[in-house]
Amino acid sequence: MELMDHTRLDVSTAPVVLPGIEIDERGARRSLREQIAKIERDLASAFVESCPGGPAPVPLTRRGGPRLLDLGELERVRDELADRLRSSRGELVERAERQADKRLLLEKMLLEPGRYRFVRVSNADLGEGGCGSYHVLPRLGPIGMLAGWWHVKVSSGCPLAMGSRLAAAPDQHRSSADPWDAAAASA
Amino acid sequence: MDSELAEEFPRLGLIALTMPVSPGRSTRAVKQRLRYLSSRFRGASAVTMRQEPVPWAYRVFYRHIGLDPDRTRTPVEGAALERLLRGEFKAQNRIDDALTISLVETGVPIWALDASTLEGELGLRPARAGERLGRGEETASVTAGRLVIADEQSPVGELFGELAPGHGVQPETQDATLFAVRVPGVPDIHVEEAMWTCAELLRAT
Repeated sequence: MELMDHTRLDVSTAPVVLPGIEIDERGARRSLREQIAKIERDLASAFVESCPGGPAPVPLTRRGGPRLLDLGELERVRDELADRLRSSRGELVERAERQADKRLLLEKMLLEPGRYRFVRVSNADLGEGGCGSYHVLPRLGPIGMLAGWWHVKVSSGCPLAMGSRLAAAPDQHRSSADPWDAAAASA
Repeated sequence: MDSELAEEFPRLGLIALTMPVSPGRSTRAVKQRLRYLSSRFRGASAVTMRQEPVPWAYRVFYRHIGLDPDRTRTPVEGAALERLLRGEFKAQNRIDDALTISLVETGVPIWALDASTLEGELGLRPARAGERLGRGEETASVTAGRLVIADEQSPVGELFGELAPGHGVQPETQDATLFAVRVPGVPDIHVEEAMWTCAELLRAT
């Protein structure tokens, strides 16, 4: 047991590079570049999975021209990309959960429309394309409302073109969350 | 190629080709080819482009050299965005149209310089302190360490950035130097195809 007393290590000091041992910074940089490449691939997959309707990628905070990055800079790039990937995956999971909730709501609406009066679920809520929606409305208007005759009305989809009125005020007819805008902005 | 750069990126390369050109309007065949490319390109292509090997390799290399491809778009993604916003790959002139076609078809960007303004061979290196982009009257200073395309006299453009004033192809240009930057992950065959496509289009006109 005496031996144990002599094996205490002083860990309070910073790591010391032993003589004759060189830190292979180039190898470390190569490893970081490989990690960045992998995260970039995962980010590309996450971006494609989130389309349409997903958020456009937010540029990293750093600016500057093309240059050889040192170890610290590469680590920062890697960390920022990893954070972004984590956030993208989190948003994908949240969106999938929201869509699952809406699908469940739609099933309940179809089974018991009277319990979900005037509730509307759009195709976008369900993660589907098109402008259609499911809306719980009374049959025959006020008569159905008084009599409790409720049903789910499926909209016919995207509005028809409005001719010259559309050309006069195109912005009023376009959704701000247009997936094509997102595709154009992030391509 | 600068030795430090070559050690960091063994697969990085600059491929150049000098050939006679006659700038002017594009032929009907070139315009038709641009229209064909426009009709084949859709929003979904733009979205999934970053998963394709060549555009992805350029995105990764941008990250490796401190550029953010979501801020400074890679050339092929820039072309895709233009296509989505304008509704077509707009015909401009023989040189630009040839560069656009080769870029969209292969994903490899090519730039064209006026060969008469260059001294010696083109290379890729970090800028030195006090250097300026170009040699004309409107030269701009360049930060030391920035990666530049340079001939034997001075930088003629920032890597993936604008060419220095006075070195681009002009209407009176007789010989153009085409160059492409091969980044790690892009096979030689793609770069060669891009150069070949561009050269053939310029030769045909």
